This record gives sequence, structure tokens and C-alpha cells, in this order.
Amino acid sequence: MTTKLEALRSEPPSLAREGVAFEGVGRHYSSRRGDTAALEDLDLRIGNDEVVSVVGPSGCGKSTLLELAAGLQEPDSGAVRVAGSGAPAGRLERTAYMPQRDGLLPWRSALDNAALALECGGVGRAQARRRARPLFARLGLERFERALPGELSGGMRQRVAFARTLLAGREVLLLDEPFASLDSITRAGLQEWLAAILAEEPRTVLLVTHDVEEALYLGDRVVVLSARPGRVVAEIAVELRRPRPRRDVVTDPAFSALRQRALEALAW
Amino acid sequence: MVRRFGPSLALLLAALGAWQGVASLAAVDDLTLASPLEAAGALRADWTLLMENAWITLVETLLGLAIAVVGGALAAVAMHLVRPLRDAAYPLLVASQAIPLVVLAPLFVLAFDYGIGPKLAIVALICFFPITVNLLDGLRSVEPELIKLMRSLGASRLMTLRKVELPASLPSLFSGLRVAASVSVIGAVFGEWAGAEAGLGRLVLLGNNQLQTPRVYAGVVLLTVMALALFAAVSLAERAAVPWKRHGGAT
Ligand SMILES: Nc1ncnc2c1ncn2[C@@H]1O[C@H](COP(=O)(O)OP(=O)(O)OP(=O)(O)O)[C@@H](O)[C@H]1O
Ligand SMILES: [Mg+2]
Repeated sequence: MTTKLEALRSEPPSLAREGVAFEGVGRHYSSRRGDTAALEDLDLRIGNDEVVSVVGPSGCGKSTLLELAAGLQEPDSGAVRVAGSGAPAGRLERTAYMPQRDGLLPWRSALDNAALALECGGVGRAQARRRARPLFARLGLERFERALPGELSGGMRQRVAFARTLLAGREVLLLDEPFASLDSITRAGLQEWLAAILAEEPRTVLLVTHDVEEALYLGDRVVVLSARPGRVVAEIAVELRRPRPRRDVVTDPAFSALRQRALEALAW
Repeated sequence: MVRRFGPSLALLLAALGAWQGVASLAAVDDLTLASPLEAAGALRADWTLLMENAWITLVETLLGLAIAVVGGALAAVAMHLVRPLRDAAYPLLVASQAIPLVVLAPLFVLAFDYGIGPKLAIVALICFFPITVNLLDGLRSVEPELIKLMRSLGASRLMTLRKVELPASLPSLFSGLRVAASVSVIGAVFGEWAGAEAGLGRLVLLGNNQLQTPRVYAGVVLLTVMALALFAAVSLAERAAVPWKRHGGAT
């Protein structure tokens, strides 16, 4: 894992190399109660090291979008590519997926839950722990190494799940409402925490959220999806300097204007 | 402990008292109904004999249970991994519950002779179903999100089984084991009734024929204690094997 210590990243993320691309993607589920179109004719491009937030009404296909990028699902029409690879195995290899609920295993300690990402890649348990420890410390988790998930607060659980996602060592992070289950104070804290990590170590991130403020605060760009079937109805570039202290940002008039635009697009 | 089981204990004592009262009535023949005190007397007087036979029954029960655990776990995992196998075998497994296994005991005696074989077969067969079905249900009910997570992390099918599905289904396995533990003793007794040289079941049957009613009751008490002890052992093992359940709430 390379640690680039560029605290300030003023340049727009390079769109030269393609991170994730959706081209005319359609996906519908058929069940006994009929056909549900989750996504329809969706186009979306995410540049390398760009953080894109996706907001949209409940059930509009946000999780479906992530699972398509992750290689866990296949589109019915159109194409999905990650770093140039359209094959499911290629997408699986290049992405780290953080499920909507934290997905921590209740019988594993916090450290072992994070180390699971390495174990699945064939690293032995002891070696995996050793390699997970430095990251754990950097994420402010060192005191919780031995705690079981059931003993952790919601915020801590999300951090551990994020540690696991990072340890998978993939180019692209796919985060499904990582902070949705948290109270607003914990959530604000974790947003700053994630922003700091991403500023220190830029990654291509596709972040799904319900929360427009969170989307604007964390994203270089915010993509608004329509109600089901999901389609891109607005793309809002967020040109705010990084790192952005959350308190300053949310009270900035420019931020309020962006929020207004996003909310209008959502109501559309 | 006292608060939880106190009322049950009081009820049990009341029932024993009533039984003692009825059995002590002049009109009730001692051979028809022995009193709790007479049963306790037999327990003391025949202690060595009862223990020797209890040991044999316990061994039959534990070995049969062990066979069922190994066989049931293998069957459940195989059915979980091979979908067509599950589709084919599951209905048969459920239907097999309609077979009154205990009355098959004499057939097993014909097949295996008088040794320990038929007892193990009966115990294992009765315990197989709850273990297999509960473990299989546990394996199937793992959250799909966890399976997706493991796939995304690049885990193989077997790795997912070992690291996620098996640990996650331990609580279900233990529910099955608790049922199995409580019926296993019944299986051993039926096995002995079909033909045996020793064992508590045989002793009870013999005592019944010879009108040694107090000894029969003492035997029944020991069989009950044995089943309860097995049940308790499974519960203890569960607490040791599934410690995360005590923290509550997690997944
Ligand atoms: N396996 C499935 N079978 C049938 N329908 C499904 C399946 N998965 C999702 N759907 C449907 O597809 C639509 C999109 O689902 P998806 O989970 O992607 O939405 P979402 O935007 O993530 O929702 P939420 O905000 O509630 O997380 C929903 O209407 C959902 O009911
Ligand atoms: Mg979702």
C-alpha cells in the first residue's frame, strides 16, 4: 500500500485514466411478483482517483449499481468496466466492496475482521494480523483490536469495516451507505475521518448515500439518480478545496447553493 | 438459577408429594404403584447394579450420538455445496421422519445380532435428522450480503464455507444437538428392548416383568437424569463454542 502524503490536492482528479465506466447499463430483476427495472440506460464515468457520490431515492438501484461495479452482478444491457476490464473476474479483482450493513463477522475480533480481507487473498492468519495492525493504528483503532463487533459502537464497527475494505488492496472502493446507520454526530465525525484518509491516500471511490450533505462533503462530484428505474438526472461538480473541515464547508454559501441544486434534482 | 427454576422445583415437589400420598393409600398395591420413597430406596439398594447398566446405556447413547453428529454434519455440508443433491435428498429426509424408527429396532437386531450395533444404529438414526436439518438450515440462512462480501474479497467456495457459513450456523447446529441429545436416550432404550444382555433399558424391562416396580422407577429416574445431563452438556458446549451470542445483537 503506497502512502502518498499530499495533504492538499487542489488539482482536479485526472480523468485521463478510466476508473469505472457504466455505458447504457440496464438491470432488471424478475421475481414471482413480476419484473422490476432497477436501472435503465445509465451512463456514468468515474475518473481515476476521483470520489463520486451517488444519491437517489430509496430503491432506485444504488446498491445494484455498486454490485455491478463490484462484479457481483451482470448488467442485462450495456457494459460496466473497471480500469478497462469488463469481465466479472476483472471487476471482482479490482474493486473492494463495503456492503450496506457492515458485514462484520460477530465471532471474529475487530482486527481479525479487518484481516479477513488478507486471509481471503491467501495470507495466513498470523501474517494477516501482522499486516493489518499498522493500518488499524492509523485509523485510530488500535485500542479495539481484540474487541468483538458486538462490543463496538456503530461508528467503530464502520471503521473496522472500512479497514477491511482498504486492506483488500484494490484500486476502486465501492461504499454502500457506509454511515447510514449512525447518529448525526458520529456520522459527521466519520465523514471527516474518511475525508482525511482519502486526502492522504487518494483512491477511486464510488460512494452511495442517502444524505446530500454527505455526498457533497465527500465527493468530487455528486451524481443524482432518478426514482426506479435509476437514471442519472444530474451531475454536480463540487469545486471546494481539500481537505475541507466539515464545519467550514457546510456553512459556506457555495455549499448551500450546491445542496440546493442537488435537492432540486432529487425532487425532479 | 433459583429464581428461574424455583417455581418448577416447587411444582415437581408438589407432584412427588401427591404421588407419595396416593401410593401410600391402603387400597393401592405396592406392585402396581411404588411410591417415590420406595423408588429412592431401590436406587440406594440396587446402586451398583443400576450404575453398571447405566454405564452401558450411556456408552451406547454417546457413540450413537457421535455417529449422528459426524454423519449429519457431512450430509448437511454435502447437501449445501451440491444443490442437486439437496433438492433430491431433502424431501426424502423429511419423509423419512414418518418411519417409526424405534419399531425398526427388532429388525436391526436381526441384522446386527445382539451386540452394541443395533443400539448405535437406532440412536444414530433418530439423532441424524435434527442435526442434519438444523445445520443445513443454518448454512442456508447466512446473510447473502456476507456471501457477496466473501466473493468480493476473492474467497473460494470452501473458504467461505469454513470462515463464514460454518461458524454462522453453529447456533442452529446446537439447536439440533439439543433435540438429538434429548431423544438419544430413548433410542438406546428401544435398542435394548429389542434384545440386549445389559443396559438400563433392559433392566427396566426385566424389572417390569418381574414386578420389581421400585427398581423400574429407579431406572426411569436414572434415564431421565442421563437425558437431562446430555442436554446440559450440549448447552455448556454451546456457550463455549458460540461466545459471541452472549454479547447479543451482533448480526
Ligand atoms: N434480488 C432482487 N430481486 C428482486 N428485486 C430486487 C432484488 N434486489 C433489488 N431488487 C429491487 O430493485 C430495486 C433496486 O434495488 P437496490 O437495492 O439497488 O436499491 P437501493 O437504491 O440500494 O435501495 P436502498 O436505498 O433501499 O438501499 C428495488 O426496488 C429492489 O426492490
Ligand atoms: Mg441499497
